[in-house]
Amino acid sequence: MTETISPAGDVQLPDDAFDADQAEGLVTSVSPGRMAVRRFRRHKLAVVSLIVFLAIAIIVILAPITTRYGQIERLPAIGNKVGNSPPSWKAWFGTDDLNRDLYSRIIWGGRVSLLIGIAVAVVSSIVGTAVGAIAGLRGGFLDDALMRTTDLFLAFPTLVLLLVLRSMFSSLKWLKWLFGDLNSIRFIVVLLSILTWMGTARIVRGVVLSLKEREFVEASRALGASNSRIIMRHLIPNSIGPIIVSLTLAVVGAIVAESTLAFFGFGIDPVYATSWGGLLSDAKGAVIVGRWWLVVFPCAIFVLTILCVNFIGDGLRDAFDPKQDRSH
Amino acid sequence: MLRYILRRMLWLIPTLFVVTFLAFCALRIGTDPLASFLKQNPRASLANIKQYKSVNGLNGTIPEQYFHWLRHFVTGNWGRSIKGSTPVWPDLKHAMANTAVLGLFSSGLGIFFGLSIGIIAALRQYSKFDSVSSTGAFVALSIPPYISAIVLQLIFAVYFTRWFNLDHPFLPTSGIYPPGHHGFDLILRVKYMILPGVVVAIQTLAVYSRYMRASLLEVKNSEYMRTARAKGISERRVIFRHALRNALIPVTTFAALDIGAIIGGLVITENIFGYPGMGVFFLKAFNNGDYPQLMPWLVIVAIALILFNLVADVVYAFLDPRIRLA
Repeated sequence: MTETISPAGDVQLPDDAFDADQAEGLVTSVSPGRMAVRRFRRHKLAVVSLIVFLAIAIIVILAPITTRYGQIERLPAIGNKVGNSPPSWKAWFGTDDLNRDLYSRIIWGGRVSLLIGIAVAVVSSIVGTAVGAIAGLRGGFLDDALMRTTDLFLAFPTLVLLLVLRSMFSSLKWLKWLFGDLNSIRFIVVLLSILTWMGTARIVRGVVLSLKEREFVEASRALGASNSRIIMRHLIPNSIGPIIVSLTLAVVGAIVAESTLAFFGFGIDPVYATSWGGLLSDAKGAVIVGRWWLVVFPCAIFVLTILCVNFIGDGLRDAFDPKQDRSH
Repeated sequence: MLRYILRRMLWLIPTLFVVTFLAFCALRIGTDPLASFLKQNPRASLANIKQYKSVNGLNGTIPEQYFHWLRHFVTGNWGRSIKGSTPVWPDLKHAMANTAVLGLFSSGLGIFFGLSIGIIAALRQYSKFDSVSSTGAFVALSIPPYISAIVLQLIFAVYFTRWFNLDHPFLPTSGIYPPGHHGFDLILRVKYMILPGVVVAIQTLAVYSRYMRASLLEVKNSEYMRTARAKGISERRVIFRHALRNALIPVTTFAALDIGAIIGGLVITENIFGYPGMGVFFLKAFNNGDYPQLMPWLVIVAIALILFNLVADVVYAFLDPRIRLA
């Protein structure tokens, strides 16, 4: 364990540098997992972000308790205004044009957005890890195909790609069982997963390419291990760090992509649900007439959440990469 | 070098072929040009439909239709849009010019300030400035362009106007000129570009400040910096002649890639500010299912991406004598 000098210049010792065992002069071994936790805890912004993010997640998950009104419940007149009333005690964040409470709608919307983010991240991490590991280990055609397609997809502007693929998949009738209705949550999740897994696959492939030349993989192969055993027992556990980092980035990517689509009117139909993207899209119309509350509150919560997940990802990257210099 | 460039240029052809074919399939599956045509011309007779189909090569399988399109595209016969039946090329040309102006304006701003901030941050590593600018860049990267766009619109167009009791919005929020304006007017043009330009510049600035800082830090820790100092060269000369020049090499190639991405990359910002560039052109065409406009758009964006990729490689080899292109 080495001390690092924080940007402020003071020398920081790890919190548990002097635990009982060391005081008695015994040498303790620290597992890689615990070392990662220690490194994560040293990234102050990441720790704060984790706390804030967990708070947001809990408020959103407990929506039936934390909200004051239903998502589409219309309030009775506030003062003499029905609709678009600024923040007051009756509606903390004000109300929209149909006199629905913005505070409650943000929390309900967070359920949808976080669900999409996490669902896409989980699906694309699983698929991406599997494909990336196989492509990296086997090489050959699969590898080439993966890399070329990813290059192609990464080159084009995301919104253009999303719109073209969205219209294409919605027209393919035989894919209906997978995608469900256009404008449903499921459609968005599947569409975003299709775009997101390639990023993870690329990262895992890179890690696998460097790992597969290492001695322990060779040793395992000499002992007669099959490809699938090498992948499951050696390659994936050793690349868990980059996988988790790309998972957090995928959460952000999916939430942002969904709200981009919603912002331009290609999002989830309000009949199904309203996500943060839907609220941001409502905010667009509130700008020119100067209803600041409809703009400021959804934007603030949205940016806060993205920022938190990004900082968590940054902290995880440092935590899982002991060689990397903590340079910011 | 010349041979390398020529070979890469030749590769452009098969790449474009594959890309356009895939894009054609995706668009043809996703949008039905005949349906779009009927939407624009609800009273088209059977003969009209038949004529439309044969003129635009809508008969036959998708590969056949693709080759029909390709033949016309290569011979410069780009056709007319479905909506409004205007020739495609003049509209596309204007859109490209507008986007290039906005993109170069905002990237110029963003790259200049981003590089300056990155250089100062790297030279004073661990200072207050460094930590504030690094965190700030991270925050800026977490704000999607549509959010900074509507917040800026709210502040500068709506509330500034109210606070100072102006009769016109403090800064305009859409278009490139006020309605009914003719001719060129530099001041108005810049004024209309400020808000969209700033939205793009914020992101560019954040990316470049981080990149420049990382690149300069790497150079700062290298052996030849110590050698230069040991020779007794002044600190200023060490920084400008030895550190900065080397640190700028990767940043320059990065910038070349970025400039290639401008032409198709401002879709979100342009649409929020109603700025009539490639982004607005694309979304309009997409909403109308207007494939005669969409295909050339995609081809131009793809060519820009691939060409500037090549430019980035060549510039890199030119600046860094250790690189040999083969």
